[in-house]
Amino acid sequence: MSADVVEVEEWARPIPRPDATSAPYWEAAARGELVVQECPECGRRQFYPRTVCTQCGADPGWLTCSGRGSVHTFTVIRQNHAKPFREELPYVVAMVDLEEGPRMMGNLTGCDPAEVHIGMPVEVYFVRADEGGAVPFWRPRPG
Amino acid sequence: MADRTPVIAGIGLSDYPVAPDLDSMQHHTLALQRALADSGVALRDIDGYIGAGGSHQQMVDDAVSMAEYLRIDHKYIDSTMTGGSSFEFHVQHGAAAIRDGICDTILVTYGSNQLSRMGRMLGTGGFTRGSQKVGGPMAYEAPYGNSLVGAYAMAAQRHMYEYGTTSEQLAEIAVGVREFAGLNPSAMYRDPITVDDVVGSRMIADPMHKLDCCVISDGGGAFIMTTAERAADLRQPPAYVLGAAGAQTHWNISQMPDYTVTAAAKAGPIAFERAGVTPADIDTIQFYDSFTITALLLLEDLGFCPKGEGGKFVAEGHLRRGGALPLNTDGGGLSSCHPGMRGIFLIVEAVRQLRGQGGDAQVPDCKLALACGSGGWLSCMGTVILGSEAP
Repeated sequence: MSADVVEVEEWARPIPRPDATSAPYWEAAARGELVVQECPECGRRQFYPRTVCTQCGADPGWLTCSGRGSVHTFTVIRQNHAKPFREELPYVVAMVDLEEGPRMMGNLTGCDPAEVHIGMPVEVYFVRADEGGAVPFWRPRPG
Repeated sequence: MADRTPVIAGIGLSDYPVAPDLDSMQHHTLALQRALADSGVALRDIDGYIGAGGSHQQMVDDAVSMAEYLRIDHKYIDSTMTGGSSFEFHVQHGAAAIRDGICDTILVTYGSNQLSRMGRMLGTGGFTRGSQKVGGPMAYEAPYGNSLVGAYAMAAQRHMYEYGTTSEQLAEIAVGVREFAGLNPSAMYRDPITVDDVVGSRMIADPMHKLDCCVISDGGGAFIMTTAERAADLRQPPAYVLGAAGAQTHWNISQMPDYTVTAAAKAGPIAFERAGVTPADIDTIQFYDSFTITALLLLEDLGFCPKGEGGKFVAEGHLRRGGALPLNTDGGGLSSCHPGMRGIFLIVEAVRQLRGQGGDAQVPDCKLALACGSGGWLSCMGTVILGSEAP
């Protein structure tokens, strides 16, 4: 899969800092691809990226995801004093169950917060963050 | 053979909820002076120290710095930091150290001036601000602007979805704790509130309203652990540590395996087994009520009601003054005080109740008290069962 990578004039949010372990994840994101780790020994899939498989201790490999998921739980943030979020209220923070299994946090955009519900089908897109990096976001997907 | 059964022999609180003239260290020391006076233990008799810090500054009030500051010649030191539940983990660790003879008398302290230092924006100020670089696990959360309240709200949302729990049921917890706050002259908010007040208060992060959230305050606490044998010569009746256990499911909220189950489901049964009692035997519960949902999850996870029936259980009034299982008789974090890591207040209030020193909030014939701290974002749960009678 390769999803949209949206360019923005200014990225004012916190900027993820890749390290030796997470670099492949962030490099994939910059290409519009969502990846999670999959263990070549035991098959366990995990997110966030770690240096070891949390099930068997082996070196994890990588799996490219479909970019499709569903809302596991969510909240609508209505108060946040920190910049730049205070200018964006209200907004949705969701936990998304990926089709491949692992779960990750993200903002769900492109719909009225009142329409968000658990089980809602969503798809990934990326926003260009800084120095070529990109961060995954989510929007509604036709079920 | 000396009776090395671990007990809590002294308790003390600093000034709260608002103490603009005290810094974090002064909260630690005021609380410990009061705990020493309460128990009759001399500072020079302390041979163990446990603490989780509390100051915003590094190397000021962490365990080794406190041991130096107080010139404690320790045989045991422990700096376990599991967030707000640290002090329940400290009881577990301290009890093992005392029982094993590593040391005889342990001081545990906490102090924070977070309200006077930072104001009230902590819970919704976000963990991170714009344009800073974030590494480690927070790199996968920080860009999304979640708040502390939002973390707990996601657990509440999922509990509502799976079990039909309502905002009105969660509100009952805040209403009951406020009633006890009305009996505590030091509590931050003392006027009675209703379910309508809670669900009508401003939404902070759906489905958590303002009155589902704890207050932000200054404060500090201390307690002293020793052996039953030494406690016999001290000023107060001892509170026996009957069972203590801690467990962890995650640290960051995005890693919580099941948003409706906390680590108390693991720690609780261990603590009950060690104590040789069941939930039905407990006379009062002191829970970390950072949010109404926190207390509801602990009720279920500790077995006071089946999973999913917390809302119904709360609405039946058991947790209220005069009920079978009074919750947070000091007014809790929801109404009395919450200086950052509140777990130490749970231990202090449980001991007060077991001594019969609860004043107007005293639970009649209180022989068994359970304290359960929650640390992080529903991450680390420490369960402590205390009794007024020797095991």
